[in-house]
Amino acid sequence: MSFAEIVRTAIGNAFRSKLRTTLTVLAIFVGAFTLTLTNGVGTGITNYIDTQVSSLGATDIIMISQASLAEGGAFGQAASGPTEYDPDKAVVAGQMGSQFAALTNTDLAAIRAIGGILSVEPLRIVSPDYIGSEGGKKYEFTVNPSPAGSRVALLAGTGFTDGATPELLLPAAYVEPLGFASPSAAVGATLTIGVSDVFGQKHEVEARVAGVQEDTIFAFGMIISEGLTDALYSAQTAGLPAAAAEIYPMAVARFSPTAGPAQVKEIKAALEAGGYSGRTVADQLGAVNTVINGIVGVLNAFAVIALIAASFGIINTLLMSVQERTREIGLMKAMGMGRSRIFALFTTEAVVIGFLGSAIGSGVAIALGTVISTVLADGPLKDLAGLRVLEFNPVSVVVVILVVMLLAFLSGTLPAARAAKLDPIEALRYE
Amino acid sequence: MAARPWQNPKASRTIQILEAHAIKKSYGSGESYFEALKGVSLSIAAGESVAIVGKSGSGKSTLMHLLALLDTPDDGRIVVEGTDADSLSATALNKLRNSAFGFVFQQFFMIPNASVLENVVLPLKIAGMPRGRRTERGMDVLRQVEMDDKAGNLATALSGGQKQRMVIARALANEPRIIFADEPTGNLDSATGTVVEDLLFELNERHGITLVIVTHDEELAERCDRRIYLKDGLIVDSAATAVEVRR
Repeated sequence: MSFAEIVRTAIGNAFRSKLRTTLTVLAIFVGAFTLTLTNGVGTGITNYIDTQVSSLGATDIIMISQASLAEGGAFGQAASGPTEYDPDKAVVAGQMGSQFAALTNTDLAAIRAIGGILSVEPLRIVSPDYIGSEGGKKYEFTVNPSPAGSRVALLAGTGFTDGATPELLLPAAYVEPLGFASPSAAVGATLTIGVSDVFGQKHEVEARVAGVQEDTIFAFGMIISEGLTDALYSAQTAGLPAAAAEIYPMAVARFSPTAGPAQVKEIKAALEAGGYSGRTVADQLGAVNTVINGIVGVLNAFAVIALIAASFGIINTLLMSVQERTREIGLMKAMGMGRSRIFALFTTEAVVIGFLGSAIGSGVAIALGTVISTVLADGPLKDLAGLRVLEFNPVSVVVVILVVMLLAFLSGTLPAARAAKLDPIEALRYE
Repeated sequence: MAARPWQNPKASRTIQILEAHAIKKSYGSGESYFEALKGVSLSIAAGESVAIVGKSGSGKSTLMHLLALLDTPDDGRIVVEGTDADSLSATALNKLRNSAFGFVFQQFFMIPNASVLENVVLPLKIAGMPRGRRTERGMDVLRQVEMDDKAGNLATALSGGQKQRMVIARALANEPRIIFADEPTGNLDSATGTVVEDLLFELNERHGITLVIVTHDEELAERCDRRIYLKDGLIVDSAATAVEVRR
């Protein structure tokens, strides 16, 4: 019996007991459906994050701080215990009450000297009080600390003309409160930003709206140009001695955009040797991805449990099949069908059942998932432009189907081995 | 009229197609130990029709299973067309059974929910014959048993006599040299039984196919060239039918 013939016969056999096969297929369907959907969520969200990379910052930059800051790091990297207090370390009393081990101009020079680093700019945190239009209300706001080089999707406007002009990108949510009819109406307008220095003195700085940004889950706050940062920072530090003004919580270094992971690793090692800590955009994303992968992994585990339950269904179905067809198997063996062919016939039947369940399950999951994510994207998630909760990667769908078929094959081996072992005489005598 | 087997050029009496040398077979152990065959030797010539006769428990079915190579004897040798069955690999054995033997069983053993034609071509399918040729050959043998008009019918929907004719067609499909028939008329009334018997002997006489029939039906046994009587696992008698007595 040729392989094609075995497949054909196995398909025919699978449908001999329609109800039983249908129920088994249904059990696999549930597992494959769930697995495809959970994978779809993983793909959808990961894709979204990847496309949002630009809003976090350019990929050729590295955020540098004193090593002690990173140890208690933002994404909960395990610190190796409390860091001992060092009175000689310069400390920035952060405006939000937190303390940072700071970088000084000496540090910046040391970082600049590291091979592979093209330039270093201190990150100047500015915390203005309000933003307002001529004669209108004033609103609180935060400045996006993302370094220059960040790219965001704009609803209107063309972005900064050059770094030096005091300009800002207005979040879409501020358009109406500030009295503009539409995002495009806001572009080109001049807004007033209020900022206080350490002595409580109020200063006002004017800035032009260079664009209106789309809302995303990562880009929060206003993105301001280098020139505006300069203006705000000098207003904020007015009256401070240079030594106090020239300490920074972080610095932003650029490396070659063509640098590979190995070179980035080298730069990080060099920074570490100097007592600094560097985090690239990939590092920041990695932490987010780890969380998402963890959640998707747990969901997948549930789907796999459903599939394992379904595979017992396959075993059961085929054992009943073997029992029912004992005489037929005996006859085929008497007629010279070899053990391996009998084994292949029954495992193929299992694989056929597995394929049906997983193909239908994945197909329905894709259809339903596409509808759901379209509805969500147009409705509740409308503000998160570009987010499709469920996205299906053909490779992972094919992998799901193949894994289910493999599982079905493994389930089929027990009944198939039993069929292959049947003694033809006993089988023909079987009542 | 039909030629006598020994006049059939295909069937030469000088060739021994099947030989058994002192075969023994037992089942179980301890209290359930049962010696089904206690040393049976026989020789069947190509083209011959042989009846193995005995009551139930005489070992006749066991003997047929051993001769058909469905089982192996505990002791003794079986020689098929000059080849010792012991020397054959499992694959060669399967191939030999598939190509040289045909089986007709009392209980028919059909694939339910399959058509008559599909049932008939099963040995060809196992042999790996392509579909087109298989169907052609299947229709040929169905014509031979006058069942070609039922080819598309469901096998389970046939009457008893039709089922047994279908089974004979299946046994014929691979052009076997030996047909093993285990109580072929056991489940049939005497009228349909006679039709099936006629068909088997016609195949024997026309095509020189060797017939090995296991039966306890003395009338059916009488129609064979030779009868071998089995009792308690031993051959107790054997008789050849005189030419004049034969129909």
